[in-house]
Amino acid sequence: MEEDTDSFTNRPPWSSAAAAEGGSLPPTENISLSEFETFAVERLKLLKTVETLGVSYVKGSEDYIRKLNAEISNLSFPYRAEATGDKKQQVGATEQEKRRKDHISHFILRLAYCQTEDLRRWFIQQEMDLFRHRFGELASKHKTEFLHQNELRYDTITTDEKTSLMEKLVQSTYSISGASVLEQDIYKVPFQDALDLVRMRKVFLRAGYAYIAHQDIITIVLNDYRTRLSKALALTARSLPTVQSDERLQPLLGHLSHAYVGQDYSVQKNVGKISLEQIDSLAVKSFPLCMRELHRSLREQHHLRHGGRMQYGLFLKGIGLTLDQALQFWRAEFVKGKVDADKFDKAYAYSIRHMFGKEGKRTDYTPYSCLKVILSNPPSQGDHHGCPFRHSDPELLKQKLQSYKLSQAGINQIMELVKGMHYQLACQKYFELTHNIEDAGFSLNHPNQYFAESQKLLTGGREVKKEVDSPSTGQGAPARKTSDTSQGKSGTLTESKPGNPVPAEAEMAEDLDSLFQDD
Amino acid sequence: MPECNYDAASLPDLLPLYYRRLFPFAQYYRWLNYGGVTKNYFQNREFSFTLKDDIYVRYQSFSNQSELEKEMQKMNPYKIDIGAVYSHRPNQHNTVKSGTFQALEKELVFDIDMTDYDDVRSCCSSADICSKCWTLMTIAIRILDRALREDFGFRHCLWVYSGRRGVHCWVCDDSARKLSVAARSAICEYLSLVKGGEETLKKVQLSDPIHPFVKESLAVVEHYFSQYALVGQDILGSKESADKILALVPDDILFHITQVRKDLAAFFQTERSPTKRWDRLQSLVQKRSSKKAAHAEKEIMLQYCYPRLDVNVSKGVNHLLKSPFSVHPKTGRISVPIDLRDVDKFNPFDVPTISLISEELNQPRAGEEREEGKDGEKEVGEKRKIRDYKRTSLAKYIKVFDNFLDGMERSRKGELLRKSDLQKDL
Ligand code: SF4
Ligand SMILES: [Zn+2]
Repeated sequence: MEEDTDSFTNRPPWSSAAAAEGGSLPPTENISLSEFETFAVERLKLLKTVETLGVSYVKGSEDYIRKLNAEISNLSFPYRAEATGDKKQQVGATEQEKRRKDHISHFILRLAYCQTEDLRRWFIQQEMDLFRHRFGELASKHKTEFLHQNELRYDTITTDEKTSLMEKLVQSTYSISGASVLEQDIYKVPFQDALDLVRMRKVFLRAGYAYIAHQDIITIVLNDYRTRLSKALALTARSLPTVQSDERLQPLLGHLSHAYVGQDYSVQKNVGKISLEQIDSLAVKSFPLCMRELHRSLREQHHLRHGGRMQYGLFLKGIGLTLDQALQFWRAEFVKGKVDADKFDKAYAYSIRHMFGKEGKRTDYTPYSCLKVILSNPPSQGDHHGCPFRHSDPELLKQKLQSYKLSQAGINQIMELVKGMHYQLACQKYFELTHNIEDAGFSLNHPNQYFAESQKLLTGGREVKKEVDSPSTGQGAPARKTSDTSQGKSGTLTESKPGNPVPAEAEMAEDLDSLFQDD
Repeated sequence: MPECNYDAASLPDLLPLYYRRLFPFAQYYRWLNYGGVTKNYFQNREFSFTLKDDIYVRYQSFSNQSELEKEMQKMNPYKIDIGAVYSHRPNQHNTVKSGTFQALEKELVFDIDMTDYDDVRSCCSSADICSKCWTLMTIAIRILDRALREDFGFRHCLWVYSGRRGVHCWVCDDSARKLSVAARSAICEYLSLVKGGEETLKKVQLSDPIHPFVKESLAVVEHYFSQYALVGQDILGSKESADKILALVPDDILFHITQVRKDLAAFFQTERSPTKRWDRLQSLVQKRSSKKAAHAEKEIMLQYCYPRLDVNVSKGVNHLLKSPFSVHPKTGRISVPIDLRDVDKFNPFDVPTISLISEELNQPRAGEEREEGKDGEKEVGEKRKIRDYKRTSLAKYIKVFDNFLDGMERSRKGELLRKSDLQKDL
């Protein structure tokens, strides 16, 4: 890496573990195992706070900023007010120590979170939000300095250009008003460097350039950071085998990575415990709404489009259907519709075997988490997948809940949560209402988790005990007991086993499967 | 044009002739070779073939035009798909270390399929199309082509009829082929206005101020709306379809939808003209307009006419898309490039079928029978092929393709000149 150390030390106080990161410069000093663990767990806590605050408050709002700053300082990460030299405030760690911790902890988590697509996505998202927050706290002068240090030099447009584009700039950019156009700098940036603004259509585009107000320059910086960080994670993933061979580190890293994203349900535990005849009744009793809907439309229309087959198919795998059962299940339903058995075997069976890792690249697909269902691949015309709390018209959702005989008061509570964009909480409420309990007692992040929790309630927890004891199947790695120390410190970590890293071939696998989209 | 009905059963007999004498291999290679600027660009390109009985073969690749030609003539694919340019030759993907075989580049592609409009067209459904609903494709092409050029600065967008019920777009600029997955998906989202699946009624939500891109797109929709939607689809013709539209008007405190319904029902009793009905609806909506309903009529127009993109196809670098000049096995129609200067006149039912062009080839021709055999063998083959397609109705579409390729070549030369000028300056 040709990062010169000078600009490195000149960066904003916290940047040692954020801005530069994208570029790399991993720490080279020696560190004790216990420090390693403390740092990692505390950064995880910080990132988890970032995530929770992000769903509970508007990002960048006063409350959000205040609470995040409190947590940063609480966990002894570098905090702006102190960095500007107010030394008296410092009671515990020195500024130097905080920076070191900031830097090192980021790199440890990189190791833990580079292994699968889902992990990377979660990690990048939280680090980006953290970065956004910290950048926002910088004084304007420092922001400009930052741009220069990172070689993000862009042309500003002339006054003439501003005048002629005035109307369009005002219509496309929230932070530009008629009066302010002439006063502020407007940068002309290749649209590839401003993807977030392009995506949300919050910028004026012409001939491949995005016209960006000074205020919005943060998105450019973030974009750059994202690119660097994801490249760095990819690199880290490649060097991972070396780390994995380290017996002290591997269990810890595995544990760290599972701690906050939750279990990935790719390892089947109840294989063969469910019969096909049970599915209809399970769908009513124990499926989350998204899966209940998919099941219903499959039964009604004898068909599901690609997105639905993936979401539902992997869920079914996760609750324990065997490959044979899955084939039988889908075939039986599809042949009732427009697809005959022959066509099914040719066009669809492959993709189902593929889901079970029996075809193609043998990638073992992981059932989708709520986050994935809610955020990626929204349903379009003809689709039934997605999360009903997120992707249904509120009116239709309400009707649906009424038809499922939920109480009016309950429905109102759910709709309130939906309005506040707390989809998973809405789903949890739905769980409580349909299971007649006060408090679900878990925090929902996976449809398969919903199912497991429901079954635990309905069958009195027997199934679940079994799960904990069963060894994880996989490339010979026996299930490891997670260390008690880390459990104690973090408090909220969930019991989990280090799973097998899923090869990062998501894209290729996705593509293979998409061959069998409806034509 | 001579009428010539296509019968799917004849496809196995027609394909060999098509690949031997009609398929424009020279142009096809010229396209995908992109001037030979990047090493192995053609050689590392994935093709995939669908053969008889739906047998699907992926990861085909060819070292040059003649190998491509030979293989296609041998395999006679029912359908040809084009994939990405990979790091290695796709046909050797099994021999390289896993993880190193990667999709590097591909055209930015769009797939617009009429089945995605089923909730807003009354003339046909699913795979069926007619000249009425084809207007939707015309609108899609106009809106997207403008945005790709003017907003994103792309210059080489090839629009192709899919052969059945939709259109594809291949954006071939250097910069487009190099786009990351993230950039592709950002472009798609920028271009997507209609959102939501079966569980969403209102699929278009505009916010203030209206972005210039939306304004430009609305202008296109407005141009067609009255003729296409009001008259052609008669979207206010029945109570049922009118109710569907009223359901899209936001219902809030200031706005009493039931009153509007009553007013309209009364008005519709006496007024049959679709445009007058729409005017009335518009004025009622505007009169009672609250902030939430401010763009109601624009949103309705967009929901009924705005292009619906299959985002998944566009996002992935390694997603496959049906190749131009592939034959659609169901309709027999050739997947032909669309002339943008005449996009309003493009009629999918005029697109030749494989039966038609084979027939045309067999028509007796004037004055050129005995020429063969004079020249050397090789040359004859090439020349004959050119003459062959020129005698069929495929010719004018190949001409469109030629023009497109010329345009790309000019850009390439311009770019080279610019670079060498730059060097001189230094
Ligand atoms: S919150 Fe999760 S489990 Fe519940 S419906 Fe949405 S995606 Fe499904
Ligand atoms: Zn039609």
